[in-house]
Amino acid sequence: MTFQLTVSPDFPPNHIAGWYIFNTWLQKALDLPIHLELYPSFEAQREAIQQGKVDMIYANPYDAAMLIREKGFLALTRPQGKMDEAVIVTSADAPYAAVDDLKPGTRVAMTNDPAVNLLGMMMLEPAELDDASLETHEVESYPVAVKLIVQGKADIAFILKEALEKLTPATRKQLKVLVESQIGDLYHTFVVGKRLADRREAIRDLLVNMHTDPKGKDVLENLGFQGWEPVSTEEAEFMMNLIEALK
Amino acid sequence: MKDMNPQDIVGEYREYTLTYYDGTSRKVLVTDIETPYPDGKLIVSTTNLQGVITHANQAFIDMSGYTREELIGQPHYILRHPDMPKAAFRDMWETIQAGKTWRGYVKNLRKDGGYYLVYATVMPNFRDGKIVGYTSVRRKPSRRKMEEALQAYARMREEETA
Repeated sequence: MTFQLTVSPDFPPNHIAGWYIFNTWLQKALDLPIHLELYPSFEAQREAIQQGKVDMIYANPYDAAMLIREKGFLALTRPQGKMDEAVIVTSADAPYAAVDDLKPGTRVAMTNDPAVNLLGMMMLEPAELDDASLETHEVESYPVAVKLIVQGKADIAFILKEALEKLTPATRKQLKVLVESQIGDLYHTFVVGKRLADRREAIRDLLVNMHTDPKGKDVLENLGFQGWEPVSTEEAEFMMNLIEALK
Repeated sequence: MKDMNPQDIVGEYREYTLTYYDGTSRKVLVTDIETPYPDGKLIVSTTNLQGVITHANQAFIDMSGYTREELIGQPHYILRHPDMPKAAFRDMWETIQAGKTWRGYVKNLRKDGGYYLVYATVMPNFRDGKIVGYTSVRRKPSRRKMEEALQAYARMREEETA
């Protein structure tokens, strides 16, 4: 039986090769056949999850909560020191200086990343803006959302902070950050499904110690990670409660 | 719980004695200084079934003015502001003890006697179908809705003290 590994589609494009290298390393270390499937969208990935195709996933906080609560997945690890935060950006020459300056009818470019959109909407609440009072444009990636801002086709965009940091300096110069989330309690999580439940401890130990092995360290570097740290059931539950409270 | 210490207070203050649901009383010292709620911040805390704080994030510490050590192990009502009506918290407890999520606007008291305004979500945490504690998330409120809530609370307080 071949197990399937997948990754939340919000990972930076320059890490695609890194995930393939990770999969090769993981297969060897666990002595298990694992296939890496990178889905083009959150919808495609969710459909695969619903069909029971996915066994291991590096999931964004929103999907991790869903997988644990509804699909019986188990949280194992998270990347060291990497928290999920969202930013709302606008054009560098936009007339807005803060969220309170935004008015109903504001055009928002957003991807279908559920965690980032949840945080984005939360940050617009003080201005009393919501789905009903905004004009939303769903796009396939953060660079496309940014492009709409630069072209003047959207007023603001919801972006994963990490994705903003990956943009070129020239692009970033054309943008202004209106607000940035400061939560510190949300992160991507490596979770495994029921078919791998009996190997949970072995996989967690392997990942947590990965940075101590020279080869493992190289693999981590390709993903932009320093290492993995364990996530307890309580920590995972806490994150799920937090996501639930923000809905 | 200890009375508030005048040495911690910044500015002119008024003195009130609050009596909480468990019969405990505490002297609180209150000023009119608002600490504005920063954009994008979330205050997150958890409590046990009795409302005793078990987790406090950095934003909670920054906004309340207490250290983590001063917060953990204390009842969440350490933040209770005398301008808040008792009925609001009674409603919150009834809602969360029934397993439902409570949302509302709250004026919180800081260690230095000042206050901060939040939109709070409090929800029960379940394990094996049983409530094992509560998570509270506070975020920046809409100014207009907060003002409306404060006016309503003032009327409720008048009725409570009448």
